[in-house]
Amino acid sequence: MIADGVEDEEKWLAAGIAGLQQNAFYMHRALDSNNLRDALKYSAQMLSELRTSRLSPHKYYELYMRAFDELRKLEVFFKEETRRGCSIVDLYELVQHAGNILPRLYLLCTVGSVYIKSKEAPAKDVLKDLVEMCRGIQHPVRGLFLRSYLAQVSRDKLPDIGSEYEGDADTVVDAVEFVLQNFTEMNKLWVRMQHQGAAREKEKREKERSELRDLVGKNLHVLSQIEGIDLDMYKDTVLPRVLEQVVNCKDEIAQYYLMDCIIQVFPDEYHLQTLDVLLGAFPQLQPTVDIKTVLSRLMERLSNYAASSADVLPEFLQVEAFAKLNNAIGKVIEAQPDMPILGVIILYSSLLTFTLHVHPDRLDYADQVLGACVKKLSGKGKLEGNKTTKQIVALLSAPLDKYDIVTALKLSNYPRVLEYLDTETNKVMATVIIQSIMKNKTRISTADRVEALFELIKGLIKDLDGAVLDEVDEDDFKEEQNSVARLIQLLHNDDPEEMFKIICTVRKHILGGGPKRLPFTVPSLVFSSLKLVRQLQGQEENPFGEEESTTPKKIFQLLNQTVETLSNIPAPELALQLYLQCAEAANDCDLEPVAYEFFTQAYILYEEEISDSRAQVTAIHLIIGTLQRMHVFGVENRDTLTHKATGYSAKLLKKPDQCRAVYACSHLFWVDDQDNVKDGERVLLCLKRALRIANAAQQTSNAARGNTGSVTLFVEILNKYLYFFEKGNPHINVAAIQSLVELVTTEMHSETSALDPAANAFFASTLRYIEFQKQKGGAVGEKYEPIKA
Amino acid sequence: MNYLVGAFKPPCNIFISFADGRNRRQVPLKKENGKTVMAALFQNQENIVGEVVIEPIHGKKVEHNGVKIELLGQIELYFDRGNFYDFTSLVRELDVPGELYERKTYPFEFSTVEMPHESYNGVNVRLRYVLKVTVSRNYVRNIVEYQDFVVRNYTPPPSINNSIKMEVGIEDCLHIEFEYSKSKYHLKDVIIGKIYFLLVRIKLKNMELEIRRRESTGSGPNTYVETETLAKFELMDGAPVRGESIPIRLFLSPYELTPTYRNINNKFSVKYYLNLVLVDEEDRRYFKQQEITMYRILETS
Repeated sequence: MIADGVEDEEKWLAAGIAGLQQNAFYMHRALDSNNLRDALKYSAQMLSELRTSRLSPHKYYELYMRAFDELRKLEVFFKEETRRGCSIVDLYELVQHAGNILPRLYLLCTVGSVYIKSKEAPAKDVLKDLVEMCRGIQHPVRGLFLRSYLAQVSRDKLPDIGSEYEGDADTVVDAVEFVLQNFTEMNKLWVRMQHQGAAREKEKREKERSELRDLVGKNLHVLSQIEGIDLDMYKDTVLPRVLEQVVNCKDEIAQYYLMDCIIQVFPDEYHLQTLDVLLGAFPQLQPTVDIKTVLSRLMERLSNYAASSADVLPEFLQVEAFAKLNNAIGKVIEAQPDMPILGVIILYSSLLTFTLHVHPDRLDYADQVLGACVKKLSGKGKLEGNKTTKQIVALLSAPLDKYDIVTALKLSNYPRVLEYLDTETNKVMATVIIQSIMKNKTRISTADRVEALFELIKGLIKDLDGAVLDEVDEDDFKEEQNSVARLIQLLHNDDPEEMFKIICTVRKHILGGGPKRLPFTVPSLVFSSLKLVRQLQGQEENPFGEEESTTPKKIFQLLNQTVETLSNIPAPELALQLYLQCAEAANDCDLEPVAYEFFTQAYILYEEEISDSRAQVTAIHLIIGTLQRMHVFGVENRDTLTHKATGYSAKLLKKPDQCRAVYACSHLFWVDDQDNVKDGERVLLCLKRALRIANAAQQTSNAARGNTGSVTLFVEILNKYLYFFEKGNPHINVAAIQSLVELVTTEMHSETSALDPAANAFFASTLRYIEFQKQKGGAVGEKYEPIKA
Repeated sequence: MNYLVGAFKPPCNIFISFADGRNRRQVPLKKENGKTVMAALFQNQENIVGEVVIEPIHGKKVEHNGVKIELLGQIELYFDRGNFYDFTSLVRELDVPGELYERKTYPFEFSTVEMPHESYNGVNVRLRYVLKVTVSRNYVRNIVEYQDFVVRNYTPPPSINNSIKMEVGIEDCLHIEFEYSKSKYHLKDVIIGKIYFLLVRIKLKNMELEIRRRESTGSGPNTYVETETLAKFELMDGAPVRGESIPIRLFLSPYELTPTYRNINNKFSVKYYLNLVLVDEEDRRYFKQQEITMYRILETS
């Protein structure tokens, strides 16, 4: 016979509804025939269904709503009955003859509603009587629903200002008194629920209570709707009375919900003017109440209020809202020694948001908040826990949203809060800071600030104590370091002196970053420095000729050392690229020795560190490309460098790579805009050598795989020939081109060669180009004329 | 048997009527056979005036030894059924012995009759007022006709009417203080009061107020006490906590109450009590009974 509880409940509800409907049916019949006696009898029987104790609040509500609908019909009937001559006073007595209290009181409230409407008695008297009589229901759920019914039917009948029920005797004071009393009684019932029943059902009870809380809260809502409650009345009567009830009920759930309710239903303006009273209640609440959430909602509301219009700001100043809130938070934290650190942080973070909104000009306030927060954090060690860290990030991000980092850096307590973060959070925070800078395009233009900033984001810059790096996700790490790199790019000052200082500061910080970070940060710093170099390069020599001043030379020295760190990591390829970049910059500054030094470094790296053949290919092309553009070198230096480069090219592992590097080297001897570098013979030598290598490559391929492989290399060399031919290299003649064309044609038709559509297309395009040039006519056309494709 | 009944039918019909019968208030009266009839209402020291009509059944003559009318106030105790104790007995001779041939009307009058007691229909006792017309005959049974009427006496509101206030309880378990605004109520009165919970350590389920009538009849060892609960009125639903006060408002009009009767002719008493009952979750009942005095005031309606 032990059925599932839920099932049982469904059954009871169904039975309740059936009983209710049956009696409602008879009641309707009585109403239709104007039979008052039967109407009362059946309505009372109908309402008896509400006497059940078996339903959970949720199900009870369902039953209640049905009864509620029926009672509306009854109310209409009562109204008609009075119009037909039945005295409302008699009716008011008649319904009280019902023997069971619950139906009696529902009927009484229903008639009471008609009574007030009839205006035969002052509304306040009827209301007072009703709210008094309802005391008879001490059962929490039934009492709450009954009183909620009372609140519902009386809502539009309160003697509010401007209401038709306002009279000499009835004032808004009575309306307030009524609602407050109903509220108080309902809250008592609601709180009592917690203490009734078995201890093991606590959870269930709390769930039921939370289902019922809106019934209680509705009273506060009604209060907030009473027009007649002005600030004075709110301050003197409403708020103190409500708070008294909230504080005295000593119930965690009620205190939390009701405080929140108060904050949500009454106007912000009132809150602002009664901050003392309102905040005074918080420390008196039970130590387990989640004050932080409530208080932060209050601050959030006030912040929004402040943001809504500039006109209200003076009010905030006038009532010293910040000081009061700050004070209250301090007291709450004191009163709740068990409050987790998360709560503390939430509170301070709300307060910070508040002050940032309301007093954006008072940086000291924000600093005060952070200071108080530091005080609370001290002695707690590093913060842990997901939520806590998240919250503290929010706390620290708030000033960044409002101000730029430059202003935020002025908050002396800001870095002190950061100290309490664990490594992970520190990084998150650093990222947030960088993002804020990037979003706002903040210019951080002094070395001091850069110093401070890097101190803040040091979580990203270097490994902090005890950090375990292997756990870091590779992508995240890249993301972080890229953002640091971007940040470095953002640091700028037009004054070279200061900029140089900034660079030095950044360098100082990033050099400690370790092998994993340097490849990200160093290039950024190098380019930032090179930017400065370019800037200086455009300027005349320092007119004052001061020794101290920043010169490109000085920067290059610094750069040399900086890049060197990369080669130690080792990241030779990156270092090589940077050396070449520096060399090019030095070239533009006409600093031959510097450029030569950089090249030397690059070559050393190439020889000693770069062993991977693929990397070698890339590197050699970079070297060739850069060297080609250098104009600062004298013949000797240039010869040395080109010679070396050609040598490297020829020593590459794979034949095609060799071939390509060698023909690229040809450009080193022929620079269009440099008349002293036009050595046609050596160009030809390079190309011929490339041809030889290409041949060798084919043979190797033939030997190894049975076919001669692609003719691409030949076509590429042909293109080089054409280039130099066009540029007027006297050593490149038609015959050479002609023979090369034929060679390629033959190769392509040979059986041993593999089919390579790309090579075919490439060759076809090349031939078309020759044709095109021929047709152009003029000097070029003439030049090409002899070539037969 | 019908003819037999016909044979023993009285040879005349007797009608008794009151002089102001049309205007006089009629109230319901429960007869001994359980039927309710309407009866004229009188009060103490009223003149009871009317007439008796005797109408012989057509053509028959009624020979008699005299006609009289009696006004009787009687108490009947049910353990001694049929034995009426007359506390009031007045006689008027209506006719000297003779013969009646046709309808004859006899006016009668009892002036300022002492009727100190009210008509009452209880569980074990009945107090009634009756007019009895007797046509005395020789050798054959007298012809008798009765006419009941009801007496109700009104009293002015008492000059002293203290409230009933009392603190009761079970030690360390339940302490309440209750108060009824008055100790004397008229029949259409309202009981106003409240119950204040000083200490609640038991889980109460509900609380009700009962109106009980205690009728005691006889005297000495032959006393019979009958208690009826006339009203059960729920005052509270659920379990209150310390400090709660629960209002009482009980309208008496829906209940059939009588005034309190104290020692009517040493035969019976009717007393009323308010019984406050608290029921706990295990259906144990805790109660406290208080006597209240009921009285009747003259209704204006």
